[in-house]
Amino acid sequence: MPNFQVSVVIENKPGISDPEGDTILNDLVLKDKNTNITKIRSGTILKFSITEKNEQDAKDAIVKTCDELRIYNPLVSKVTATVEET
Amino acid sequence: MKVGVIVFPGSNCDRDMHHVLTDVFNLNAEFFWHEKNLPQDIDAVVLPGGFSYGDRLRAGVIAAHSPIISDVKKLAEKGIPILGVCNGFQILVESGLLPGVLLKNESLNFMCEWTNLIVNNNQTPFTNKLELNQKIPIPIANGEGRYFVDDESLNELKKNNQIVFSYENKVNGSVSQIAGVCNSDGNVVGMMPHPERAAEKAINQIDHKPSSLIFESLIETVGMKN
Repeated sequence: MPNFQVSVVIENKPGISDPEGDTILNDLVLKDKNTNITKIRSGTILKFSITEKNEQDAKDAIVKTCDELRIYNPLVSKVTATVEET
Repeated sequence: MKVGVIVFPGSNCDRDMHHVLTDVFNLNAEFFWHEKNLPQDIDAVVLPGGFSYGDRLRAGVIAAHSPIISDVKKLAEKGIPILGVCNGFQILVESGLLPGVLLKNESLNFMCEWTNLIVNNNQTPFTNKLELNQKIPIPIANGEGRYFVDDESLNELKKNNQIVFSYENKVNGSVSQIAGVCNSDGNVVGMMPHPERAAEKAINQIDHKPSSLIFESLIETVGMKN
């Protein structure tokens, strides 16, 4: 079976303040600079390596694991999973 | 009266808690490693502060999967008093025993300072000897202490009298300045500040009595010493 890498990004839901992202935006990116950047959200990325039949099965297995083990807190966080064959 | 103090990899307030329970309040406290079982005839359980698993992923989430947590849940269902302090509070919310979540402080700083708590619920096993609105001088020491629940859950907490402690002043961005909550039955209490660092005169020159009453409430609840 092929190997896949599933990248899971965990970030605060919209409406939950993200002081780290705000600090990077206001005190680094926007400081004394002209830019069109309006927002930065910080997060955590976890990269899972998995052997599965196809991309969809790999992604589904990792998302299921994240849900079951509360890898992210559904109250305040959202996750985005992307998959690539390695 | 037997109190279990649970030790996780990375707990660092366990000995302080054990000392206060045994040397200050003459209770029979015993350490329990997180991979062991808890006796089901125990009278109370404390999850102390620290940095279980180095706060990896987020504070408390990995410890919430420890084998001993299933015993804690059984005891909670039986109405046994359970107290989580700081990281112990984080473990209780991550295990689903308490509502809400503890986020990084608004300042992103680790905060180690004295603060004042206000008692909002004096009906729990850990607050029944305190007065409503009584002020408690007590230290905090955390990086992820910003309590959060959504508006709907906050209304539920207020309706059910589950907000046990709040900060007198804005400290870390917590919703409604919440510092401690309980479950709907009231026997499981979590709080970010450290009563074990404030219940002795030697280490609390401001006023150690209010924090003492947290432990004396437990003694009152269980009904006997030793």
